[in-house]
Formats: sequence, structure tokens, C-alpha cells
Amino acid sequence: MKNRSLVSINDFSIGEYFKILDLAEKFEEKPNQRILEGKVVALCFFEPSTRTRLSFESAINRLGGRVIGFSDAGSTSVKKGESLKDTIMTVANYSDLIVMRHPVEGSARYASEVSPVPIINAGDGANQHPTQCLLDLYSIRKTQGKLDKLDVAFVGDLKYGRTVHSLVIALAQFNCRFHLVSPEELKLPSSVKRYIKDANLEYRQYTDVTDVIPFADIVYMTRIQRERFADQLEYERVKNYYNLKNEMLANSKANLRILHPMPRVKEISNDVDNNPKAYYFQQALNGVYVRQALVTSILGLE
Amino acid sequence: MEKDKRKELIVSAIENGTVIDHIPVGNVLRVLRILGLESTLDPIYLGANLESKKYGQKGIIKVANKYFKPEEINKITLVASTATIIEIKDYNVISKQNAVVPDRISKFVKCFNPNCVTNVEGLESKFDIIDKEDIKLLCHYCEKTTKEADFVFI
Repeated sequence: MKNRSLVSINDFSIGEYFKILDLAEKFEEKPNQRILEGKVVALCFFEPSTRTRLSFESAINRLGGRVIGFSDAGSTSVKKGESLKDTIMTVANYSDLIVMRHPVEGSARYASEVSPVPIINAGDGANQHPTQCLLDLYSIRKTQGKLDKLDVAFVGDLKYGRTVHSLVIALAQFNCRFHLVSPEELKLPSSVKRYIKDANLEYRQYTDVTDVIPFADIVYMTRIQRERFADQLEYERVKNYYNLKNEMLANSKANLRILHPMPRVKEISNDVDNNPKAYYFQQALNGVYVRQALVTSILGLE
Repeated sequence: MEKDKRKELIVSAIENGTVIDHIPVGNVLRVLRILGLESTLDPIYLGANLESKKYGQKGIIKVANKYFKPEEINKITLVASTATIIEIKDYNVISKQNAVVPDRISKFVKCFNPNCVTNVEGLESKFDIIDKEDIKLLCHYCEKTTKEADFVFI
């Protein structure tokens, strides 16, 4: 993995992902080490983010590395009309690795082709967000002890949710059963379903989340994202479609865990937070360990 | 036999070069553009809306003194999947084959996603052809699929 960019979840092999997950476990035991001393990582966020940016920052700081960058393209030369290539080439002069989030799809792939230092894609528009996928895999493996033969339910916006797409594609390599819960207008696109079909795995589609609670090992909730809707009326119609309440979990399996890439709005009630099956805050913390594992692997320092 | 020969000659025969036959009606000029023949100085004969036994009507292009590499010529399958490529030397046919859909393609089709980096930053497009029957192009950058109905030629 040394010096390689991570742009899309398909860029690394399953073996390489397992290596990262194993290494992340070690960082979870000992998150503060000084292995990134003398290294500078650039965080280029052309689009706002809380969790992803701060967890990268935390991951690097805890390992003794230094962080430079920006969290808003408005304060950079991009505003003066600088091309993406020029921005990346410039930042590459000042850093050993670039973590970037950009609203334009394919921007991270392009950056990885022009940049002399490796790129980690922290989200390119509606396309890919591979580090989220890695921390989701980490959270599933950690709570279930395995990644295969699980009943995984995805709930909410399965049409536009890029985290759902990446995770479905990743889990299709692990012999899971897929339970797809969404309003009619937000079903999983056929381009993603293709991966389940190609792997000859089972999937079923539902509209009611209570149908899947009794047998699910993982319930992956998602926010219905207002910004993805061209038609605001359609958004109004579906925005409150799902609302997971604590009482709905009464008949669930003991090993069930509720995941959510966050931020949440109304799809999970606050009363679920104290249920031991709620895992979304720990999931966000796992992002730090996974990103520590990824950054050190790419810099060849693990 | 004689009649067939006459038909072939409706558009002038060439001594040396390549004939691209069985081009779907309406796509002759597009094939010309894809092959970059607009700027060539060698003679080119074009025929459109000609009678075809196989397809009803067809287009044909004859390019004198020019032979194409497979990766060059196969690009035309995006707009002319039925095309036959015939190479001519001394007025004789030396090879005749169907164009083959390539695995990858770049430059002349736009990615249909307006938010793709190729459109925003003005880059050359680059695709993997993931469906060769019902042509579908997977963008190397934004990973979205452009279908035949959405083709916009650059």
C-alpha cells in the first residue's frame, strides 16, 4: 500500500483491507504513538465536513504528525479561479500525503493522477468515500466478530447515499444477505444491485423497517439528504419516512447493532442512544483508528 | 457477380487504402470525425443512404492510402457497431473484418454527468466499456455510466 492513493473502494484488495482493519485494532489499543513524527499531512477540504476532517486531524495528531490545510475553498486561491491541478501540485510541495474532499465527482481520481504524493479521497461529490466504508467494515467486524453470513439491513435513502453504495459493494464480497428498506422513490440503484446479483447473493426489498428488526445483525440507518433532491416536494414527502424508536428494538437479536454514518436528523430517536445496541458514536470513533491505520500504511510507517 | 461489382463501384474504387462499409445511416460524418479524417489530405470518398442487402440502407467511407491500427479503428464501433473494415491493395481486398468493440475509450464522448471532473475541469474523457452489446461507458473518474442514448460527441 506504500505510496498508493486510495480513491475508490475498489482500489485495494480484500487482503489489503483486512491488513488495515487488523492494524486499526492495534491503534485502538494504543491510539497515542509517535510514528508520524516529522510527517506533514495536508487536509484539503473544498467542501465542509465535521466528522471526516476532525477524525483525520485527530488520527494524525495522536500519532505525532503535523496537519496543514483548509476547511473551506473560499479562503484559498480556488476562489481566484485556480484549477484543481494547480492547487494539488502546490499543496503536494508542502506535504507527504494529501487527504481531500471535493464536491466534484472524479476529482480525487484526477488529483491522484497529477499529484506526486499519494491522495486519500475523503469524499468526491456523490461518488466515493472509501474511508467511511473502511470504518463501517471495521465496526461490523468488531461487533459481529466476522464479515460474512450476516443479515445486513440498509434503511433510508438507498438511492443517493454513497456510503450505502460503497458498503453494499464491499459486503457483496463477503457472502452477506441484504435487506433493503426504503421508500419506493429511494430504492437502491440497479448499478449497485448488480454487485449483489453478480455475487449470487440474496437481497429483499422492504418499505417498513419493522419487517427487518427481528432478524437483522446490522441495521445501517441513513439520513434522507435534502441537498440531493432536485424536487423539494419529493423531499417533503419522504423526509420523515423513517424514525427508529427504542421500543421498536424490543424483539431484536442480542447481537444487533445500529450503525449510522451521521449526521442524523430524525431517523433515529434520541431514546435509542442509551440502548447498548446503538453503535453510531463508537462507529465515528472507530474512524480515527481506521484512518491512523490507513495513513501509516500509505506512508509506509506501520 | 457483374451486378455486385457495379454496385461496389457506385462510390469510386480505390487503389490502396481502407474501406469502411455498413455504417449505419446518419453516422458517416461522425465516423469520419472519430477517425480524425477531417484533416487528412488523401482522397476520401463518402457514400450515404446507399442500398444494402443486409441493412436496407448503409453508409460507406473509402480512404485512400491509409490503414488503421485496430485500436484506432475499433473506436468507431460506438457509432457503427455493424461496420466492416476492408483493406485494399492494388484494387484487391487483402483483409475484411468486423469492427470489434474495444475495452477502453477516450476523448470523443463526453461523460453525461455534469458534475464529473472531466466536464468541470475540461479534461479528456476516459471510459471503460462495461457493456459491449448495449453499449455502456463507465467513467474512469466519476464512475458513472453513460448510455448510448446520452452520448454527446466532442
